[in-house]
Order: sequence, then structure tokens, then C-alpha cells
Amino acid sequence: MDPQGSKNIVASPEPEPIIRPGHTFETVTDKISAIVLSRGTTPGWAFGLLIGFSLLMLLNLVVTLLMVKGVGIWGIRVPTAWGFAIVNFVWWIGIGHAGTLISAILLLLHQKWRTSINRFAEAMTIFAVMCAGMFPLLHMGRPWLFFYLMPYPNPMWLWPQFRSPLVWDVFAVSTYFTVSLLFWFVGLIPDLATLRDRAKHPAVKTIYGIFSLGWRGSAVHWSRYEMASLLLAGLATPLVVSVHTVVSLDFASSLIPGWHSTIFPPYFVAGAIYSGFAMVLTLAIPIRSVYHLEDLVTDRHLDIMAKVMLATGIIVAYGYATETFMAFYSGSETERFMMMNRLAGPYAGLYWMLIACNIVIPQLLWIRRVRRSIAFLFVISLVVNVGMWLERFVIVVISLHRDFIPSSWGMYYPTKWDWATYAGTFGLFITMFFLFIRFLPMISIVEVRSLVHETNEEKSHS
Amino acid sequence: MKRESIYGLMAEFETPDQVLEAARRTHAAGYRRIDAFTPIPVEGLAEAVGFDWTALPALVFVGGLLGGLSGFGMCWYANVISFPMNIGGKPYNSWPSFIPITFELTILGAALTAVFGMLALNGLPTPYHPTFNVERFELASTDRFFLCVKSKDKQFDLAQTKAFLESLKPHGVFEIEN
Repeated sequence: MDPQGSKNIVASPEPEPIIRPGHTFETVTDKISAIVLSRGTTPGWAFGLLIGFSLLMLLNLVVTLLMVKGVGIWGIRVPTAWGFAIVNFVWWIGIGHAGTLISAILLLLHQKWRTSINRFAEAMTIFAVMCAGMFPLLHMGRPWLFFYLMPYPNPMWLWPQFRSPLVWDVFAVSTYFTVSLLFWFVGLIPDLATLRDRAKHPAVKTIYGIFSLGWRGSAVHWSRYEMASLLLAGLATPLVVSVHTVVSLDFASSLIPGWHSTIFPPYFVAGAIYSGFAMVLTLAIPIRSVYHLEDLVTDRHLDIMAKVMLATGIIVAYGYATETFMAFYSGSETERFMMMNRLAGPYAGLYWMLIACNIVIPQLLWIRRVRRSIAFLFVISLVVNVGMWLERFVIVVISLHRDFIPSSWGMYYPTKWDWATYAGTFGLFITMFFLFIRFLPMISIVEVRSLVHETNEEKSHS
Repeated sequence: MKRESIYGLMAEFETPDQVLEAARRTHAAGYRRIDAFTPIPVEGLAEAVGFDWTALPALVFVGGLLGGLSGFGMCWYANVISFPMNIGGKPYNSWPSFIPITFELTILGAALTAVFGMLALNGLPTPYHPTFNVERFELASTDRFFLCVKSKDKQFDLAQTKAFLESLKPHGVFEIEN
């Protein structure tokens, strides 16, 4: 064989740079910190916050009404006692998973492109888990007794049922929230020090000074800091997989047809990452154009995220196929009926919408031009968000509303308060996110500086 | 003990390679109480200033172990000692169903140790530190790299050390007031 020829086949074109060339430490520091320090409060930001805050007040109203009247204001009726609360819980927590994937798993895999997006993806995780956590608490009916879920010394001499996946969920979600918050804060410390050093106003300097804990960038500190980050990444990686596994066990360890299935853990984790990347795209596309961050969050980032979505979407499609196959192959009459009910029952329209949103439409991402088109990507990311919500609706409602005994079948209709609660958690999410982009660096300054350094090194060596 | 009026001397450099080289030469010249301050983590710099071992990984391991043991211990104690219930003749110590909580608390214990251990070993939070008295030190969080020789060093002599640091061709040398 001609060695020259084979070399040509292997040689790949020069890879696109992760961030646009021409940046120095100072320009990236300026660019990112200026958004917080000198850009000021713009009308657009205030308007966005207003929308978020209004919805948050709607949540306030619903929660108050829920406390006064009880969960009966929602559409949950036997046999469908889980309804929107659990659908939204699983949806929000799934969204959170992409943030941890980007910050932990991709760190371990040395994927440099993650640097520009990990900070706001992690923020997304934390806010999404906050929204998720509200639903099981509210769904308990008497949320003020939530501490019954915790093992604490009590006059009834009782323990939580440690063999129940619902109690596992309490431990999984609270650990997940704590670890995500710590990981995020550790990442922020050096950036807060940068803001402290660049802030002009003494009060602003003091506030960032307090939160930066007196970080001064000592070589010894950096060494322990990097060790801690690496260990946290290693710990967060199995954690994120365990969280959605435990969430799926809430379903899979029951006997309900359509839930009692061993494919649930892997298929839930893939679905979580799928919806999470869709949400990262939904957030990243407008943010980068409003704040002119196209240099740092480049088209290549969007392209890679689209590919991750495509890959996880295919795993999810495989999950659907297996579910359908197993329903018929199992020979179980109720499983078979459940599947027929999904495909052609009263909620069949939603099932086929789910297939369209999660499987059919995202196949457009095979086409490079679609992945490079901002408008297309944005629309597809919204479609996947809707699709993943529908998936949870299909799993929760269709399985519950017609199970073993036809005499106890029923229909589930969400009420306006169901929708209001859901919209309200969007309010919480949007409010938190707008406060985040106003007061904290939404891209990790330190990591982008390191990236600039590495890129310059590579250039000088070659 | 008398408080020194000078905390040390600080030299400013422009690139990571310069500060790394300067740190190595300072260490080779016999200075031991030295530190470097950089806007990004620089590979090899901690070793160059004489830092070669951290207890952090060992602490995190212990934290994880304690978390896991307390998780399993709690489930076991609740179901075997404190409130045993015979459910269909199954064993009280049904350990497989205790694994998820054991796992989560292992991660929690290890992660809390990693973060708070890192902060504690680094002596953070430190609201006041003499290095902040150097005006140009603000740039240590943007694009300048600093090397510091502390006055506590046995070899420290204001004039000599200053001359030595000047010989490393820094952008400038500053005295750090205590």
C-alpha cells in the first residue's frame, strides 16, 4: 500500500478552535467580568426578571392556595394520584443532569470545549433541582411535615422506611443538590476573587471579597484546589447516574404495568441528559447573542451539544422500542393492554406527539447545516424539551389511569392550578437565572484563561 | 514575639513560564518560605515552591468511608435493633435495599470533606492577608504572576533578597507591608 495515500486518508482537517483566536488573559477577564461589573442593569434584563418574578408570585399564590385547600385543587384523582407533580419533578430533575455531565464527566474526559458552558450549565442544574424538589414536597399534601422524611429522633420512635425508593429519593436528591451547589461554589471562588479585584465600588468589592473567602491564587492553594475539583468531579459522576436511577426506581420497583421494567434506570439517565442538553441549548443560544459571547460560546459548542443530543436521543428511542417489544414479548396481558392503551388509548395523541418530538424531529440533527443553524437548533431544543415532558406524562398518567381492574379505571385532567404550579416553577427558574447572570460571572473566567494559555502553548510549540 | 514590619518581598512576572523558572531558581538558591500567586493554576508551580504532598485525598477517602458506614449503620440500626419488623419472614438486615442510601451518604461525606477540607487546609476564609497590601497584586487575578519570598525565611535579608529577585528579571519587585 502506498504510505503516502494512507496518510492522506487519516489526516483530518485542522480542527476548529474552541474559542475564537486573538484572546489574551486580559481580554477574556474583561469581557466576562464586564457583564457583571460595568454593563449595569439593562431594560432587557429588567423585563426578563419581571416576567420571571411575576410567575414566581403566581407560584406563591398557588402554594398558598394549596396549603389552605389541599392537593384537591390539582387534577389528581384516584387512580391517577401522581399527575403533574411527579411529571414535573422528573422533568426538572432530568434537566439538571446535563449541568453535572458537563461539569464533571466532561472534566474527567478532558473535553476542553466544556469550559465556556460549564458555569451556566451548573447554575441551570442547581435551579432545576430547586424547582424539582418543590413538587414532591407540595405533592405530600401537608408539606409542613416534610421533615418526617428525615431520620431524626422523634417522640413516635419511628424511622423512615429505608427500604422504599421514595426515601432513597430524598437522600439522592438532597445529596445531589448539596454536591452540585458545593461544586459550583468551589468553581466560583477564584472568579469571585477576580471580581473583587476589578470592582470599583467599595461596597461591591466588599461583597465579592466576602464570598471569595480571601482567595489570592497561591500556588499551594491552587494545587489543593485542583485536587478538590478533580475529586468532586469523580464523585459527582457516579452521583448523577445514581440520582436518575433512583428516580426511575420510584417507578420500576412498583408493580404497575409500564413501570415494572428493568430498562428504566439506563433509559431514564439517557433521557435526563437528552433533555438537559436541550435546555442548555435553549438557554445558551439567546444568552450568547444578547451578551455578545459568540467568541467564547462558538458555533462549535452548539454543534457538539447537538451531537450529544442526537446520541442520547437515539438511546432514548431504543428505550421506547424495548418497552414496546417487551410489552408484547412478555406475554403479560396487562402489559400488552398498557401498550395498546398507549398507542391507541385516550392519550394516544400525546404518545405520538412524544414520538414526533423526541425521535422523529431530532433526526434533522444528522444534517450539518441544521446543526449550524441557530434558529433550527433553538427550535429543536424547545421541541425536545416538550417531548421529554410528554414522555414523563405518558409514563406517569397512561400507566396509572388504567391498570389491572377495569372497574377502577379513570381519566386524568390537569386543572388550571396544575398549569399554574408548573408555570410558577418556571418563574422560580427564570428569576434565579436572571439574578445569576447579573451578579455572577456566567462563564468560568479562570477556565477560559487556562484555555487561552493552553492554546497559546500549542501554537508556540507547533 | 515581635511582629515583622515586612511580610516579605514580591516579584512580578508576565508569563507562567517566567514565574515557574523564577520559583525554581529561588528554591535552588536555598529559599524555603516562598509562594507564588497566579491567575490560573500553573502546572509544576506548587512543586517548584516546595509543596509536594497534600493530605486531601486521604481525608476525602476517610470522609467517604465515614459517610458510607453511617449510612449503612443507620439503616441497619433502624431495621435490626431499633424497630425490627417481620415482613413475610424476610431478614431484618435486608442489606441490598440499604445500598442506595449507603451510596448517597458515601458521596455526600466525601464531597463535603473535599470542599471543606480544601478550604481548611488552605486556611480559607482569610479576610486579611498582607499580600493584598501590594497595590499591583490586584493583577494576580487577571494576568500577572507573582513570586513571594517571606521574611520568615532563614536566608531572608531585605537588601540581598531584593537583589536576588531583581536578578530574576522581573517586571518589578515590591515590599509587602505586614
